[in-house]
Parts: sequence; structure tokens; C-alpha cells
Amino acid sequence: MKRIISLLLSLLMVLALFTACTPANNNGDANGEPDEVVEPGEEDADVIKIGVFEPLTGMNGGGGLQELGGIEYANKMYPEVLGKKIELVVVDNKSDKGEATTAVTRLIEKDKVVAIIGSYGSAVSIAAGDIIRDAQVPTVAPSATNPMVTQGNDFYFRACFLDPFQGEVMATYAIEQGAKTAAVIMQNGDDYSVGLANFFINAFKKLTGEEASIVDVSEFQLNEADFNAILTNIKAKNPDVIFAPSAATTAPLIIKQARDLGIESLIMGGDTWENPAVIDVAGEDAEGIVLSTFFDENDPATNEAVAFVEGYKAELAGKEPIIPAVAALGYDAYILVRDAIERAGSTDGVAIRDALKETKDFEGVTGIINFTEEGDADKNVAVIKSVQDGQFVFIDSVEVK
Amino acid sequence: MMDKLNDKKSKLFLNLLLIAVFAAILILLDTKTIGDAYVRRILNLSAIYAIVSVSMNLVNGFTGLFSLGQAGFMAIGAYTVAIFTVPLEARAKIFYIIPQNPVLAQIELPFVIALILGGLLAALVAVLIGMPVLRLKSDYLAIATLGFSEIIRIVFTNIKSITNGALGIKNIPIMPTMWVFFGVAIISIGLMWLLINSSYGRAFKAIREDEVAAEAMGINLFKHKVMSFSIGAFFAGIGGGLLATLFATVDPNQFYFPVTYNFLLIIVLGGMGSISGTIIASFVVTIGLEILRFFDEPLALFGVNIPLFRPGLRMVVFSILLMVLVLFFRNGLLGQKELSWKLVFDWLSGKKPIKKTDEGGAA
Amino acid sequence: MTSELLLQQLANGISLGSLYALLAIGYTMVYGILRLINFAHGDIFMMAAYFMVFSIVTFRLPWYIAIVVVIIVTIALGVLLEKTAYKPLRNAPRMSIMISAIGASFLLENLATYLFTGVPRGFPDIRILTTTVELGSLSLTVATLITPFVTLILLYVVLFITNKTKIGMAMRAVSKDFETAKLMGININQVISTTFVIGSALAAVGAILWGSRYPSVMPLMGVMPGLKCFIAAVLGGIGNATGAVLGGFILGMAEIMLITFLPSLTGYRDAMAFVILIVVLLVKPTGLLGEKVTDKV
Repeated sequence: MKRIISLLLSLLMVLALFTACTPANNNGDANGEPDEVVEPGEEDADVIKIGVFEPLTGMNGGGGLQELGGIEYANKMYPEVLGKKIELVVVDNKSDKGEATTAVTRLIEKDKVVAIIGSYGSAVSIAAGDIIRDAQVPTVAPSATNPMVTQGNDFYFRACFLDPFQGEVMATYAIEQGAKTAAVIMQNGDDYSVGLANFFINAFKKLTGEEASIVDVSEFQLNEADFNAILTNIKAKNPDVIFAPSAATTAPLIIKQARDLGIESLIMGGDTWENPAVIDVAGEDAEGIVLSTFFDENDPATNEAVAFVEGYKAELAGKEPIIPAVAALGYDAYILVRDAIERAGSTDGVAIRDALKETKDFEGVTGIINFTEEGDADKNVAVIKSVQDGQFVFIDSVEVK
Repeated sequence: MMDKLNDKKSKLFLNLLLIAVFAAILILLDTKTIGDAYVRRILNLSAIYAIVSVSMNLVNGFTGLFSLGQAGFMAIGAYTVAIFTVPLEARAKIFYIIPQNPVLAQIELPFVIALILGGLLAALVAVLIGMPVLRLKSDYLAIATLGFSEIIRIVFTNIKSITNGALGIKNIPIMPTMWVFFGVAIISIGLMWLLINSSYGRAFKAIREDEVAAEAMGINLFKHKVMSFSIGAFFAGIGGGLLATLFATVDPNQFYFPVTYNFLLIIVLGGMGSISGTIIASFVVTIGLEILRFFDEPLALFGVNIPLFRPGLRMVVFSILLMVLVLFFRNGLLGQKELSWKLVFDWLSGKKPIKKTDEGGAA
Repeated sequence: MTSELLLQQLANGISLGSLYALLAIGYTMVYGILRLINFAHGDIFMMAAYFMVFSIVTFRLPWYIAIVVVIIVTIALGVLLEKTAYKPLRNAPRMSIMISAIGASFLLENLATYLFTGVPRGFPDIRILTTTVELGSLSLTVATLITPFVTLILLYVVLFITNKTKIGMAMRAVSKDFETAKLMGININQVISTTFVIGSALAAVGAILWGSRYPSVMPLMGVMPGLKCFIAAVLGGIGNATGAVLGGFILGMAEIMLITFLPSLTGYRDAMAFVILIVVLLVKPTGLLGEKVTDKV
């Protein structure tokens, strides 16, 4: 008996792998609304699949889930295209590059998605880039800000601004506040952190015209918790600002330890800091930190945004106090893709890609969107937020030409 | 069936049949007649895991040295392939923060040479590491090798002009055919099989069973340990190099030490000291991890969302399997035996397996 | 280099070192008795931090009751770990037990990721511990200030138990010679359980102090501290509690001093712990205070 079971099991496994190539097999991952029962043979004709690859666990798990929320809400608002239902196929890339490549291959080959949305972070997007280009599946990254994501990749687009821009915004803002010196802390091992930190350093040096205006550059490692030593070194150099782009997991540790050491400098971060976890963990010490982000719910730029803020706010009630910017970008990425499919009039990868390229003055939640040659959303305004009374509040928007 | 089994001819026939079936499946897959890129990718990954797992089994299962350094050696192989095979014109774009070392920036090697170079470098580092640490035993050796694996990773994160640090290297040329992965796997595992069945292999096993006795028999402990360790590292480096071309991108975090635990699971499942068991386990674990993905997806049964199914469950199931294996099935699939027709037929006909089966060709 | 800076860094080093020391005692005791690297110790520490979050944030217990509850629950988890993952393998080859330890660690991490997600939880703010005290030019939280003293007091308690009580005597006997101790009628299971009780309790205290200083609780927070504390235990001489504390202090101080004096090498911070480990294993495998036992290395 045991033997037969194990034989059957192994047979099943082989079968499972091989049936993976037939598109009709999809009962295991029906991802639509729970109340919807998909009829096996028919679904192909009625459903257009869009893949979503986001980090749902791992270092960026928190941000990935926020972004997914926006994408799913958009799917709820605009459930159809070309008269067919849009089905989201969600895979977890675990914030891991190896996992990301497999996850994307799975979306393309097994689930036969016509387009992909993702990912939250740059590292996994870059890793998956080659596969996406070779398979000619148009992809829109909601919040991957590193330039390499879309560089030389005709099929990769993005809905957000880029790190060189963000670095310049933060440097400009710091200098507007009267800062003359800055210290930078980055995570050695994270493309986003290292990239953004370097763009900030370059911009700050250029704007102040002083090589010595960056008084300290420190690195820390994956899963590091103790920043006292780094911060004590920085304290001795007394910079006007500390710029520490990092994941939402480490940000509060840096902020709190800096304040515990009696550092009074302005502490700044990047878009990842707009995460309730930062305030939750750092508590009072989070007051006064400054970060740049993509979107402000109190200043909706378009009609789409007005509707989005109202609707999604109700959806989030009781869960999150404010709409995370990445949710807005996730929403935009979805409606961009949907709009392109609509205009392309087909689900062919190249046709959708061409339609995406031709996107003109598209009304998104995060503003009017056009794509540059590289496929980046052409945005020149960033929102600066701070934390007051345990809330993220809008303080300024910075424009860079 | 037993009659047939005693017949050498039919055994040969069965072996040839099996090889033909595998070759046919591979050819069909490779020519894209059956399967798709997703299936091919997972099978390629399985082949790579098989190489690394057998190399780890060579050290852990056959020589009895508890080494947890596989991730570090893979990193060496992967980076060698990455650094030398990326087309020259693509490099400035990749090393966009700190430029690549000017000497390296002008060298581009063919894949096969870079792959072998990666293996050799891994073996060289293993000799340098092995000379001091192989004096240590069991858990001390384990933690020391794990430490070295981490040191390798941290050094790679920091020598930015060579490895591009945290940003990793992308645009590594992808190999167009499955034969690269399966060919290298067959050659590598074949070589390790020959080694294990040579007089060196017998010495390794003697060391595993009883070091003192082995030494008394005139086996040079140190020489054999360093040999097993560095050959294991060579093939881990080869596996790493293949991984680089499969993923087309490398970065230091891919080689964080818990990666080694995957291979540990594979050799425990397959059987410490069984090559065929390890190969089977590599495929089972890699394919299984993909199939287990449905655990991570929300599951709706009759319109009701089952709350248990959400991201992370897959890895919980994976680690529970590892624990169950260690606690209840310590010998894994095959223990120290190798797969043979006799074993298969005995098993099918419900016979108790005879200890120490030496006959039968390894399938 | 100003004296202020140096003084602050010394305080940082001592404080970090004493946290390492608390965890290192757990490693050293388990290793002393079972000859097993309890890879899951760092994850027990992680779970203790989560227990603290839940008992204060979810169940709204006052902090002094929460501390007691957390210590008890952590001890229960530690003993459960021993009973399920280690006890069934007592006569198995060393390699199997180690794989089981690795598996248990992996399981706890994945379970935490699944149950609590990777999003960090804020460690509850215990006012008494997080108030900042200005000592001249130094700025320290109360937690930073008291950690070394807590560690030394707990070390004293552990030494008292192992040297002055009956069960402590039994522990030392088992540590010296497992088989003989068993023959002499010592209840091995009880001794091993006691070891895990003490180790887990210290991990819980460590987690509470750690959380007050580094208030981000996440599933992988125990991995690196765990490995480093094992290294501290080896450095001090495995099996020796005083040595573990000494090793913890040295390791913590060495890390901070690396960053203070060689800031360009901060990237090698984690590597340094492993370098220390390997140097110790090769030069003086018994560690600073360890006794010579032939069977170890």
C-alpha cells in the first residue's frame, strides 16, 4: 500500500510539472475574487491574465503587500478590458533575486500572462528584466526607482520617478533648509539603498560645490540592528543632515538610535520610509524625519486621484491611517497596463508595448503620466513629507528641472 | 523477475532503455517540442542543485566532514563566470557607481573556460581554507566552514571594483540549451562517481567510518580530507557558475549562508552517502518547492477563502518536512545504498531490501 | 579622536557586548552538556521578542507582569524545542542532531515569517528602560546603562546554580562525562531540561533588553546575533559561563572599535566575528577560559 502511494505521488509530481505547460490547467491558482468559480475549459476565452510579482515576504514584504493592495483595488474598480475579465495572478518573489527570476518565468510560461506588474523593489526587477525582454511581455514597475530597471529594456516601464531624481530632490531640499554638511548611511547589499545614497552624494556635492560637504559615508549589513557605533562617529562630525535611504525594517532603528545618542541633525530617507512600520517602531523619535515620496492623499492631482483617495481610504479604514504612496503607484501601474491593452485592442506583447509607449497625458493617481524614451514615467515633482504627531504629513513638493 | 535480474544482458538492456528514455525526454524538452521555458528552467535548476548536492555529499556523506561552506564556493564560481563572460561593452553600464578594475574590464572569456576557472578558484580557496580548518571536527568544522562561506560573501560585497558589490552583476549571457546544464551535471557527477569508487573513495569512506582506524591503516588523513574538501568545492563552484548563467544575474545575497541548508535538506532526503539518492532528491526538492507554491496563494474552496493559505506557508511546510525527515527517516531515501534494478524490483515486489547491495548498475 | 567620542563608543561596546554575553551563556551551557550547537537559540531569542510585543501590545499587560510572562513562555518554548527536536535523537550521530538543530532554527524563522509577516513590529516602549540619561557628554538610555549590570548579576546566578546547587553539580557531572554521569544515576533528562530552562530564560531577558535598545522585531533578527553569540562562547571557552560573558564583551567591543578606528572597514563588521572564530579555533580551540577536553577538537 505504502509503495503504491509513493509511486502514485511521484507520478503525480511529474504530471504536475508537465501539465504546467498546458494553459488550461489553472484550478490550483485561481486568484480572482473568492466568490467566483472559474469554469475550467471556458476561462481561456473570457479571462485576460495580468501577472503581479511582488515581495510578499522577506525584507520588502511590508511594502510589497501595500503595493499589492493598490493593484487589487484597481482590479476591483476596473475589472474588465476588451470585454473580458482581468484576472490577477500574484506570485511572491520573497525579495530574493533568484526567486524573482523563477517567479517571473512561471508567470510568463505557466500562467501565460499578457502583461506583468512589478515589482516593489529595484533589485528583483533588474534580475527579472532579461527574462521579460526575451519573452516580450510588457511590464510596468510601480515603484522600482533604480535606473537600471528600464535601461536597455524595451518591455520594462515604470510608473514612478528615478533614484537620480530622488537623490537630487533630497539634496535640493536639504540645502533649501540651510544644510551645509551631510552624512550618508547606506545598506551594503541593497541596490536601492546604495544607488540612492550615491545619487544624493553626487547631487549634494554638486549643489554645494564642496567636495567636503559630505562629512561621512557609512555602510551597514543585511539584518544589522546596532547602529550606535556608526552614529557615534557621525555625531562627532556634527552634520546638518543625515541621509539614510534604507528599507522600512532598518529605518526606525537608525532614527531611534540617533536620537538616543542625542543627535539632533535632520534625518532624511527615501520613499521606502513612508511606511507605518517606521512610525510604529520608532515612536516619538520618528517626529521630524523627512522623506520624499510619490503621492500625497491630501493633494490629489487629477480626477482619478480624487476618486481613488475617497474609495481606497474607505477600503483601508481601520487598517492603515494613510494611503501608502506605493499603493497609489500600484493602482497607476494597473490602469496604465489596462489602458494600453484597451488601446492595443489585443493581448499581443508587442502591441501592448507599443500602446504603452504611445501613452499620452494619461490621467493617473500620481499625476499626468507620459513615458520617456527609456520607458520611465516623466515626472519632475516629488512630494516631501515629514512626521508630525505620529502621522505622515505633507510639507512641500520639490520640482527639479 | 528475479530470473531476469540475474541475467546481465537484460540488466544492460534496462539500463540502456532508461538512458534512452531520459535522453529522449531531454531532446524533446530541449527542442521545445514538449514543456515550456518554466519547466526547462526548473529542470535546469534541478540539475545544478544535483551537482552541488552531490559535491556536498562527497564531503559530508562520503568523507564524514560536516562542512557548511557550499554557498561560499558557489559564490566564487558564480562570480568568476559573471565577471569574465559579461560582454565588454555592457560592463560600463553595470559598474555604474564604481568602475570595474581596468585589467578585468578588458578580459572576456568563453563560458566553458570561465566555468572551469571558477571551479578551480573555488578549489584553490578550499585548499587554503581546508589546510587549517580540516583539523577541526564535527560541529566546530561546520561552524568554521559556515564562517568562511560568510567571509567570502562579505568580501565579495566589499570589493566593489571587482564584483560591483551589492549591486551585483547582470547581463550574464544565458546558455541557449539544456545540454549545457545536463551535460555538465552528467560529467561532474560521473567524475565524482568515479572518484568515490576509486581507491581514494574507499579511503574517504574509511575516514568517515573511523578516523583512527583509517589512519592506522596507513591512510593520510590530512591529504584525503583536503582532497575531498577541495574537489567538493570545485564542483560547488561549477554549480555556482551554472547558476549565474541560468539567472543571468549574481549578487552577494544569493549566497547568504541559509542557501546551504537547501543542499543539506537534499542530501538528508537522498541519503548521506548515496549519489543516486542525492540526484533524485535534488529533483524532488526543486520541483517540489515549485509545486508547493500553491500554499502561498490564497485558496478558495467553494467560495470560502481558507485563511491558512498565505505567503510564507510554503517555507513552513518545507522546514517541517526537513524536521520530519531528520527525526523519523534519518536514512533518507536510500541511506548509503545506490539505486539499482535489484533494489527497485525488490521494493516493487515487497521484499525486504538486503543490506549492502553491491550489484546492479547505478541507474 | 576626541575623548568624548571614545567614551561614547566604549559605552556602546560594553552595552552591545553584554547583550551578546547573555545569549552566549545559553549557547555555552547547552554545548557543555550536549556537545551541540543549539542553532535555534537565536530564534528562541527572536520569539521572546515577539512574545513581549504580544503580551504588551495585544494583551495589554503591564510591563513588569509581561516580563515574567515572557520569560515563562520562552522557557516553555525552549524546553519544547529540546523535547521535540533533540531528545529523540540523543543516540543518533552528531551530524543528525546538528541537522535537526539547523532544521529547528529554519522552522522557527519560517513560522515567524508566516505568522507575523516580515513587516517589523515595534518593540513596546518600556519608559523606565528607554529614558535617555545624560552623563556629562555621554547620552545613554537606561537599558544601555543597566544591561552590563543585569548580565553580571545573571552570570552570578548561573554560577551559583552550577556550583552550589545539587542540580548544578549534576550538570557539571554530565558536562564532564555524559556516560558516567548517567551510570551514576543522574537524571540526564532533568539536567538537560534545566539547561534549556536557564538558557531560554537568559535569551528572554536578552530579548527584552535588546528590544529596548533596538526596537525592531522581525523574524530574522536572531540569525546574526545567534551566530555571533556562539562565536563569543567559543572565544571565551565553550562550556564556561564566565568565559561566555568575557567572550561576549570582547566581541561587542571589537566590533565597535573596528568602526571607531577603521571606519572604512565597516563593511567587514560581520566578517570580523568569523575571523575571530577561526583564529580562536586554530590557535587556542579551548578558548580563553576553557578547560582542555580532548574530545572537543
